[in-house]
Amino acid sequence: MSTIVLLLVTGLGLGALYFLVASGLSLIYGLMGVLNFAHGSFLTLGAFGGWFVARSLGADSWGVFALSLVAGAVVGAGAAALTEVLLIRPLYERHIEQVLVTVGLSLASVALFEGMWGSDPEFISGPTWLKGTTDLAGAPVPNDRFVAIAAAALVLGAIVLFLKRTRYGLIIRAGVENRSMVTALGIDVRKAFTLVFAVGGAAAGLGGVLASQYFGYVSPHLGGSLLIFAFIVTVIGGLGSLTGAAVASVLVAVLQQFANYYLGYGDLIVVLLLALVLLVRPTGLLGRAAA
Amino acid sequence: MGEPHTLPALEVRDLGLQIGGARILEGVSLAVGQGEMLGVIGPNGAGKTTLFNLVSGIHRPTSGSVLLEGVDVTTTSVAARARAGLGRTFQTSSLFPRLSVRENVRLAAQGRLGGALYVLRFPRRGDAATREADRHLETVGLTRRADVAAGDLSHGDKRKLEIAVLLATEPRVVLLDEPMAGVSSADVPGLVEVIRDLHATGCTVLMVEHHMDVVLGLVDRVAVMHHGELLACDTPDAVMADPTVQSAYLGVTAGEAA
Repeated sequence: MSTIVLLLVTGLGLGALYFLVASGLSLIYGLMGVLNFAHGSFLTLGAFGGWFVARSLGADSWGVFALSLVAGAVVGAGAAALTEVLLIRPLYERHIEQVLVTVGLSLASVALFEGMWGSDPEFISGPTWLKGTTDLAGAPVPNDRFVAIAAAALVLGAIVLFLKRTRYGLIIRAGVENRSMVTALGIDVRKAFTLVFAVGGAAAGLGGVLASQYFGYVSPHLGGSLLIFAFIVTVIGGLGSLTGAAVASVLVAVLQQFANYYLGYGDLIVVLLLALVLLVRPTGLLGRAAA
Repeated sequence: MGEPHTLPALEVRDLGLQIGGARILEGVSLAVGQGEMLGVIGPNGAGKTTLFNLVSGIHRPTSGSVLLEGVDVTTTSVAARARAGLGRTFQTSSLFPRLSVRENVRLAAQGRLGGALYVLRFPRRGDAATREADRHLETVGLTRRADVAAGDLSHGDKRKLEIAVLLATEPRVVLLDEPMAGVSSADVPGLVEVIRDLHATGCTVLMVEHHMDVVLGLVDRVAVMHHGELLACDTPDAVMADPTVQSAYLGVTAGEAA
């Protein structure tokens, strides 16, 4: 019983990390039709941003930890917004080229990070409580999982509120349905593009700081390894669907944890699940057919 | 500066579109006066929707120009033309099916009112854009359906909603692409009334429509298109009496009907 609880909560924690990456991927694809391969770099940058704050101000205080989360989100948002304005926007409506640019950026940025910080993982510390465990139905659950789950839930809530309640949220929801019609109403949808990139980058940057707590280190490859699963989650959930990304994050991560523990083939099982979903329901769990 | 009110609301000069070697549209010249209602008729493939696409900026013409109230807009974007007062509906529904009826209209009002810099200002129930949306919904008679998803409306109600969306953009020139398409005959009179109301707000209306009785009863003039060219443009009576039109277009449909 305690093993199941442990696997479940750990899976939820991993799913939270997947969601923080996948939410941005899904929003960006939904609005702009671009699969953003550079999204992992936003996460890595966020993780390093948080690490710098923690290292220079003293890693063991809660205030600094909160500050490092903010730093990660700000760095991620800034990097994403810059990417959109400098690289994506000049290629407006040229989707293949936009995707290729993000692929190039992800490769170049990893090489750049390695040059700056070395390719070895940099082990990190945080508030003492984060490193400890809490007993849950007999299972010693690492505390950082709870923080990751809470953060992802907050981000989900905040993005939903943003989409439902703000004028830009309305533009984004409409743009996901029919971008050219939004333009026909006289609305310059490109500002919404930058904003969606920034929101997605902030979530990824936040995810970076939390992922570095989850794994215990920062490294230039942190983003790339999470990005692969985030892509799988995004496709399974349905490209463009935020709720789909949330559901699929939990599904994939929990399945992965259980399969890893009992079979040892967690990653393979996830890829098989992806194949199954694509065969049975090519638009993903909550996706719509392409127009 | 000339006198703005003597300028046509919309003018196209020698408009043409070639895709590959095919001439989709050729040498179309047409001026629509302020406040006029013009019907555009012609068999399928005659170039009616292409003409609308060139006017609204979805396609760029390969020759000729488009003038909106005397200003050459031939090379400007769809969004820029919309802000300059050009509104349109599409043959396929131009609504956002997953947004609510009110949100559809609100979005259009938002596009016109601007204020896009207030990224984080939460629109309250009573803000300007929502108030305007509610006003237009009342005009077309959809107030009771305001919170329904637009995709769940009947065909007739969807067309009404499209017009409410148009009203919210406060257009001076409106292009209606087959507003009666898919609308049940019971809903046609109500929709005709809504179009009359739209026209009565003072805007210039261009309408592609296959329902001849609807077109002839509504419009001031009829433009007849055939094989990508403008065959005639005159009052309904004069057009119906025109022998070229009869043989080229009306003859064809009479033959089809038989």
